[in-house]
Amino acid sequence: MAAGSTYTPIATTTLGSNTNTVTFSSIANTYTDLVVVVSAAISGGATDIQYRFGNGGTIDTASNYSTTVLYGTGTAAGSYRQSSQTYILADYYAVPSSTLGNSAAIFQIMNYSNTTTFKTALNRSNQAGGGVDATVGLWRSTAAIDTIRFYANTNGTQNFLTGSTFTLYGITAA
Amino acid sequence: MANTYTLIEAKTLSSAVTNVEFASIPSTYTDLLIKISARSDYAAVADNLYIRFNNDSGSNYVRKEIYGSGTSAASYGGTATAFEYVYFNGSTSTANTFGNFEMYIPNYASSNQKSFSIDNAREGNATSGDLQLEAGLWTGTAAISSIKFIDQTTGNFVVNSTFYLYGIKNS
Repeated sequence: MAAGSTYTPIATTTLGSNTNTVTFSSIANTYTDLVVVVSAAISGGATDIQYRFGNGGTIDTASNYSTTVLYGTGTAAGSYRQSSQTYILADYYAVPSSTLGNSAAIFQIMNYSNTTTFKTALNRSNQAGGGVDATVGLWRSTAAIDTIRFYANTNGTQNFLTGSTFTLYGITAA
Repeated sequence: MANTYTLIEAKTLSSAVTNVEFASIPSTYTDLLIKISARSDYAAVADNLYIRFNNDSGSNYVRKEIYGSGTSAASYGGTATAFEYVYFNGSTSTANTFGNFEMYIPNYASSNQKSFSIDNAREGNATSGDLQLEAGLWTGTAAISSIKFIDQTTGNFVVNSTFYLYGIKNS
C-alpha cells in the first residue's frame, strides 16, 4: 500500500445504535482502489456479513455475485464457494460474535471505478474464536462502484451492534 | 491532503537480538500496521516468533490459522500466554532469505478486546517454505501501547532484519 497522502480516509462510521445495514454511498471515482476496515459485532453472534455493490445510488440485488473462501477453523482447512448469488459473503467461519472487538475484516476493492471490467474484492476476515477466512468476491458488472452496502446476515436480518466501526479509504496510484 | 498513513517507528537491526519492541505507541491513530522482514540465527530452516501486547504474559491470546507448506494445508489454533508460532527463516534455510510478515490491528486504542490479522510467509527455494493466514485476538481491553516480537526459540533476530510500525487515521 502506498504511504502518505495517497491513502485517504473517505468516510467512517461508528454505530451509535444497532442497525442492520451500513452503506457507503456517493463514493468518488477519483481513487484507484478502495480499502474498507470493519470491526463489527452482530446481534445473535456467529452471523455472517454480506455485501453488495451499486452504481448511481442503486444497489444491485440481482444474482450477479460469487464468492470463493479459503478457511481455517483451528482444526481443519478447506475451501467453499458459491456462484450466481445476490450478495458476496464476507466470512464463512470468521463470522463476528456479539462482542465488540472480537472480529475484524479488511476488504480491498481493486480498480473499482472502471467501466470495462467486472469488479473483484479481496477480503481477510478474522474471528480468533471461530476461524480465519480469506475470500474473493466478484460482482459481474462493468458499472463503476459508487455504493457499498454491508448487511448483518442475509438482507440484514440481524443487526450490527452499537460501537461497530466501518471505515472506507481510497488509494491513489499517483 | 492529510497524511493518514504514517510511519511511527522503523527498526533495522545492526546486531542480533532476541526481541524487538515498539514501546510507547501513541493512541492518536485509528489502526496499526506492522511490516516485518526477519531471519533467525537459530539452527533450523524455520524459527518462530511470538507477540505480546503491553507485556501481558497472561493466557490472553487466541489464535486461528490456515497453514500451507507447499504440499498440504492445515489449520491450527489455541489459547496461550502470547500470540505464537509465527514462522520465519532460520539459519539453515537458503542464505539471504528472510520471512515476511504483515499485521493489521484495527481500533488498537479502544477499550474493547483487540482482533487482528496476520499474513506471513517463509520461502526458501531449495529449502522448505510455508504460508500462514492468521486471526488473532488479545482479550486485553487496555489500549495497546507496546508490541514486542520475541524469538520463540534460543535464536536471535539477525542483522538487517527490519520492523516497521505504521499508524493509520480514519480522519
